[in-house]
Amino acid sequence: MSEELHYKSASELSELLGKKELSAVELMKATIARTKAVEDKVAAFNSYDEADALKQAEASDARRAAGEALGPLDGIPVGIKDNLAVNGQPLTCSSKMLEKFVSPYDATCIEKLKTEGAVLWGRLNLDEFAMGSSTENSAFKTTSNPWNLECIPGGSSGGSAAATAAGQAAMTLGSDTGGSIRQPASHCGVVGVKPTYGRVSRYGLAAFASSLDQIGPVTRNVKDAALLLQAISGHDERDSTSYRISEPNFLASMEKQRGRKWTLGLPKEYFANAASTPAMEPVLKAIEFYRSLGCEVKEVSLPHTDYAVATYYIIATAEASSNLARYDGIRYTHRAEKFDTKDSVDIYCQSRAEGFGEEVKRRVILGTYVLSSGYYDAYYLKAQKVRTLIRQDFEKAFEEVDALLTPTSPTPAFKKGEKSSDPLSMYLSDIYTISANLAGIPGMSLPCGYSDGLPVGLQILGKPFQEDEMLSIANEFEAAHGFKDQHPSL
Amino acid sequence: MSEEKHIDIDYTAKLARINLTDAEKEKLSSQLDSIIGYVEKLEELDTSGVEPTAHPHPVYNVWQEDVVASELSIEEALKNAPAQRDNMIVVPKVVD
Repeated sequence: MSEELHYKSASELSELLGKKELSAVELMKATIARTKAVEDKVAAFNSYDEADALKQAEASDARRAAGEALGPLDGIPVGIKDNLAVNGQPLTCSSKMLEKFVSPYDATCIEKLKTEGAVLWGRLNLDEFAMGSSTENSAFKTTSNPWNLECIPGGSSGGSAAATAAGQAAMTLGSDTGGSIRQPASHCGVVGVKPTYGRVSRYGLAAFASSLDQIGPVTRNVKDAALLLQAISGHDERDSTSYRISEPNFLASMEKQRGRKWTLGLPKEYFANAASTPAMEPVLKAIEFYRSLGCEVKEVSLPHTDYAVATYYIIATAEASSNLARYDGIRYTHRAEKFDTKDSVDIYCQSRAEGFGEEVKRRVILGTYVLSSGYYDAYYLKAQKVRTLIRQDFEKAFEEVDALLTPTSPTPAFKKGEKSSDPLSMYLSDIYTISANLAGIPGMSLPCGYSDGLPVGLQILGKPFQEDEMLSIANEFEAAHGFKDQHPSL
Repeated sequence: MSEEKHIDIDYTAKLARINLTDAEKEKLSSQLDSIIGYVEKLEELDTSGVEPTAHPHPVYNVWQEDVVASELSIEEALKNAPAQRDNMIVVPKVVD
């Protein structure tokens, strides 16, 4: 029973809970047991609070017994990336800077999940402050890929993707600034969705790059992604960039659009190096599948693709240097014990030297440089202009097609340590995902096959605020293939 | 990739309020030089007349009523402070 239970999808579990064939407490106990059984190998969690989770599950059962169940997620354990605020729980961002920090409030997405009755489960590992593509930049632990423990799970939401793939949570939340949901989802063989910028409130997400960050679901199938996205979407006056737009019923819209003959674009710049891209074969097969459904597949051009990584690393680091200025050693962070008391700023400099890891220092200093006097126009302003050109590339492409199909990542999960000494090569591994953040469009990764036994993801990029179409396209592929039912052996 | 030295690491680290060891300075300044050399490829593009993008879907004039909402108590707001006394954060003395 429990072997089955931990790989059931949230939608299946929801049905069992609804029919009272399963209680939320039984489900939470099975989730805790599974988590403990494989955590030595996977190391997805920074922490978890068993007693609190069981209390939430008991409350869910009590609601259901009273005929007051709240929604499809009532009683479903949802793992949380450790950069999202849950009142009373730690929020470390996998940084020594926030090692002792306890959130005094709930993020908006967490508040919404509580309203839906979801059971908020453990705190999932990430690259420090979400800066990285492998989760190796965590100050606390290195998470393993459940499909091959010698490999990285991807990042920065590596804990979220690994826990979902390993059955340690029914579903999880991640955050995506340059691919941090989609890339680990592809490496761990699960579904990851980055919503349109503005769809989900960022209130309570520890900010990395505010004009790029979005919170989104990591799940074991497309239907679950639609459910979780529904729960967290919506305008919020506490995030001034959240968008006032009505959200469709993603699930109903997905069902309604079954069999639609989509027009799908292949950005030629993304396929230029197809022969040397190990993850390409399953992606090409997936494209063939859409052709076989009668969809029109055509080549499109995103001419500024080659400039996306450079644009991204200027904008993201500039925003990060500004956002991370709040970690000052004074108000709620690590404070150095020894510093030069004659120099009035040394308490900041020393606290930050001790609290931040290497990648965070690298990015904050780079961001400071591109914003500094004399360089602002040449780097930051220039990058913002190129961002406009990149955005326009997508607008033009979407005049011709409903969505774009690409690989999520140029390679399957790489070995731990393989790229950690060369930051630029790590940055270049985000090449297919970062443009969606620059353009603010939705994107998702969907399992589409394997390369050397490691999962490969198909990336679908959609029109702004039309996640329902993107999910519908994914749903067609998933329904005709068995990948959602294939799990790593742990 | 350009071999040119771009970054004054001492000056920039000071602006970023981060103390670096000599070993860190050496490593970071060579890594950052190579990253900056890479991002300079943006110079190839003619962007005259192109408006900069600060947000992908800009929202203008976001107003709300200026009302006091008691979201956090003083105690809650201060509970993560590294040092506190009498509802205040304790900091080292900086002026005589």
